[in-house]
Amino acid sequence: MKKKGKNMKSEGGAKVINEMTLEFDGISDNESFARVAVAAFVSSLDPTLEEIADIKTAVSEAVTNAIIHGYENICGYGKAGNRRPDPQEIHPGKVRIYCRIQGDVLHIEITDHGKGIDDVEKAMEPLFTTKPELERSGMGFAFMEAFMDELEVTSRPGEGTKVRMLKKLGTDPWIEDED
Amino acid sequence: MEEFKIIDHCLMVRLPEEIDHHRAGYICEQADWYIVKKKVDHVVFDFENTRFMDSSGVGIIMGRYKKISCFGGKVYIVHADRQVRRILRLSGMDRIVEVVEDQNEKEREKYEK
Repeated sequence: MKKKGKNMKSEGGAKVINEMTLEFDGISDNESFARVAVAAFVSSLDPTLEEIADIKTAVSEAVTNAIIHGYENICGYGKAGNRRPDPQEIHPGKVRIYCRIQGDVLHIEITDHGKGIDDVEKAMEPLFTTKPELERSGMGFAFMEAFMDELEVTSRPGEGTKVRMLKKLGTDPWIEDED
Repeated sequence: MEEFKIIDHCLMVRLPEEIDHHRAGYICEQADWYIVKKKVDHVVFDFENTRFMDSSGVGIIMGRYKKISCFGGKVYIVHADRQVRRILRLSGMDRIVEVVEDQNEKEREKYEK
């Protein structure tokens, strides 16, 4: 049986557009949901395992940034055995993911209405972090840049941040150039 | 599920299937407790079950490396699959920790090709 996505792509060169929007609470419990949802959305394009891993990592980085930097929801709702913060501390903001598949190109837009980034260029430097106490690596934007083909970050302090990423699927996978 | 065990003064940490920011806090806390209270010499991270890791995982390793190297210890990584190894390479982690090559994994990959 042929996959639907493949058939659609070859129809007279016209680019098929498929879109989805997702909005969820900006808490860390939703990080895994967000990346799995995007990965499932892309599955119609028959991506390789590596491409899926790339997309999941990039989405995870962007969503985590929105949650812990944009909304400063550090702990989420907590889980059994973990510290559970006072519910009042939780910022009610939402994270929005918009995806568009156009031909074999995936566009992802991840938006939050949190506190924004003062200096985007500085934030994108590898190893730079404004929250060293969280013991995160400061590699978030570096990973997004490495795993996606294009990355654009726009932010206004006090208004929020939008991360736009683009990945072309079906190009040569990185396994082949490994050995 | 993550799991902590001490074998021969080494802290063995079996990492969960997915490592993200949500899971990382608890793992860091637990690992630090063992490093300080149980006076371990080295830390071994076992990625056998791990299928996904983002920069939070790098943060876990980096943080533990900083702590254990103060006591002259080392960090080892075992059973890392291709995806995890790629992230370690990209972040430069493979230069400060020992990534133990897994013979079985290599053979399996050869076999799959």
